[in-house]
Amino acid sequence: MTSERKITVNALTRVEGEGALHVRVSGDRIENVRLAIYEPPRFFEAFLRGRAIEEVPDITARICGICPVAYQMTSVHAIEKALGIKIDPGIRRLRRLLYCGEWIESHVLHMFMLNAPDFFDCHSGIELAARFPDRVNNGLRIKKIGNRLLEILGGRAIHPVNVRIGGFYHLPTRDELQSQLPDLRWAFKSAIDSARWISGIEFPEFNVDCELVALQHNDEYPMNEGVIASTRYPAIDVDQYEDHFGEHHVEHSTALQSVRRDGQTPYFLGPLSRLELNHTQLSAAAKQLLETDCPPLPMRNRFHSIIARSVEVVHALEEAIELIETYSPPNEPFAPYVARAGAGCAATEAPRGMIYHHYEINDDGTVASSKIVPPTSQNQLQIESDLLAYLPRWLNESDEKIAAEAEKLIRNYDPCISCSTHFLTLTMERS
Amino acid sequence: MTKKRLGVFKFASCDGCQLQLLSCEDELLELADTIEIAHFLEATSLIQEGPFDIALVEGSITTPADVERIRHIRQQSKILVAIGACASSGGIQALRNWADHHEFIAAVYASPQYINTLATSTSIADHVSVDFELRGCPIDKHQLLEVLAAMIADRVPRTPRHSVCMECKRRGTVCIAVTKHLPCLGPVTQAGCGAICPAYDRPCYGCFGPAAQANCKTLSEHYLAGDTTETVMIHALRNMSAAANVFQIESDRIESRQPQDKT
Repeated sequence: MTSERKITVNALTRVEGEGALHVRVSGDRIENVRLAIYEPPRFFEAFLRGRAIEEVPDITARICGICPVAYQMTSVHAIEKALGIKIDPGIRRLRRLLYCGEWIESHVLHMFMLNAPDFFDCHSGIELAARFPDRVNNGLRIKKIGNRLLEILGGRAIHPVNVRIGGFYHLPTRDELQSQLPDLRWAFKSAIDSARWISGIEFPEFNVDCELVALQHNDEYPMNEGVIASTRYPAIDVDQYEDHFGEHHVEHSTALQSVRRDGQTPYFLGPLSRLELNHTQLSAAAKQLLETDCPPLPMRNRFHSIIARSVEVVHALEEAIELIETYSPPNEPFAPYVARAGAGCAATEAPRGMIYHHYEINDDGTVASSKIVPPTSQNQLQIESDLLAYLPRWLNESDEKIAAEAEKLIRNYDPCISCSTHFLTLTMERS
Repeated sequence: MTKKRLGVFKFASCDGCQLQLLSCEDELLELADTIEIAHFLEATSLIQEGPFDIALVEGSITTPADVERIRHIRQQSKILVAIGACASSGGIQALRNWADHHEFIAAVYASPQYINTLATSTSIADHVSVDFELRGCPIDKHQLLEVLAAMIADRVPRTPRHSVCMECKRRGTVCIAVTKHLPCLGPVTQAGCGAICPAYDRPCYGCFGPAAQANCKTLSEHYLAGDTTETVMIHALRNMSAAANVFQIESDRIESRQPQDKT
């Protein structure tokens, strides 16, 4: 075949936010893959300047409707670091509970509504529900229970209102949280059952080695803190992030693309990376599930991301139950502080991967500058690089088939395009 | 009866409002039996062409291409519902409307020449006729279900236009504007969220935009006579509904009397 082919997916589906994919093929070779994020820029880093630091968590939540907690909490951690605020251990435990809620609802949404339909030739979670009504209904019920945790702790699931610098505006009572235990215990059992069903799915094979990056913590499965660990480089402290990882602005995308500075290479974030680098910190049931029902580590098949997600849901539910059973309200809802000039950064684990924020603060307690690096812009180059390796096996197929297979691969990364503030349409050019 | 066809569309936004449709865990599958989901990129890879009986539009208009796309969606849709603060007033990204947008692009992007956006972020109604606006940042899922049920039944949706204060009273929350002198926007903000913020010991920050007959000037003068500074009051009004008409008029009014106090 000598003709040029240009394959375009104008609007990627079952991903959060909007983007496109352009693939140029020459003969039996893929010349170029461009993941185009056409999500219009919203300029958060620009309009944060001059705002009081107290307003920042409410504003950064609005970057993403699916993982607002990750955005608001990463900014809170960075500002607390800048001001040297010490956090009460009880507040820290409530913050982990908030993350558990977001991981549960975001992961389960992705597993049942966005990702699983691909493995059963369904267009949507609704079609999947017609084939597996009990599976999908149980999934939706687990998601609702995750959302309920966010509602109690945050006021509401999307754009929670209760997060503030130093802690929370308002502490939940013991009764409010403990009333959730029966539902959480049901969800925990159901999530184990879902994970076993998911790990039994026949997945496409796509094993390519790459650099896996995730937070790592000595005492816990990483959510809101840790060092930045990698399968190829020594671990670094979060405040060295910008020395080791850089951002490029490429023409086809409103998202900045991140690279490992050394070698300008892509790196891979998300549940597979967290599992690889932190499996020893999983909760008892999640660890057992991983040993008895999942493919052996290291899992490099990108299509196994959904398995990693289902294991993390079990972990999040088990940890949430433990946090609630042992909860007694801290003495104060938040730590006092005095605003002053300073700079600080933080990284936390959003459901789809590590997120990094950096703030400079003026002496009057307003934001001087900010830098926000979402997980999807960090994964973007890895996705392009993986498509280059994955698509050649489909080249004898129609453009429609190639486009569909490309989209399936992309969904494994749970790309969050609005987040990238800056993601996806497929054009395929063949020559 | 043939099912009505639903299209869900997104412009500049965080995805949170259309996510509320997927957050209707108890109602989603039943809803899918009642209505034909013909276009909903986030939920289904089966993309169908219009016309649509109901279009839900999330997000604000911020690029030249969006100006064309919203006109096309309007032409294809019998009823168009703008959902969320972005679609009904331009959203938080309308903060650019007060700034030099070229400077904003240069502040965020290394190669400004790759970025093609408008100088303003504007509501859907600024570009096409809108049949109903559902407010909120994010919208409330129960209100969304009410709007869909109303549209399916060809009736007018029942969503209150009164202020958050009414919801606070119903919830039995002690007024934090009165007792703690906090600059709460509840008196001028439309109900719909369930008055969450005061119940969580913090002032309302206006997610649902202006209530009917909101008297912003009297409220801000009251707060400014206390401990609230002009900058705090301007920023309180310039959040998710910054460009909502009466919020914008009031924040501009305060700013114009304090020319040195620029935001």
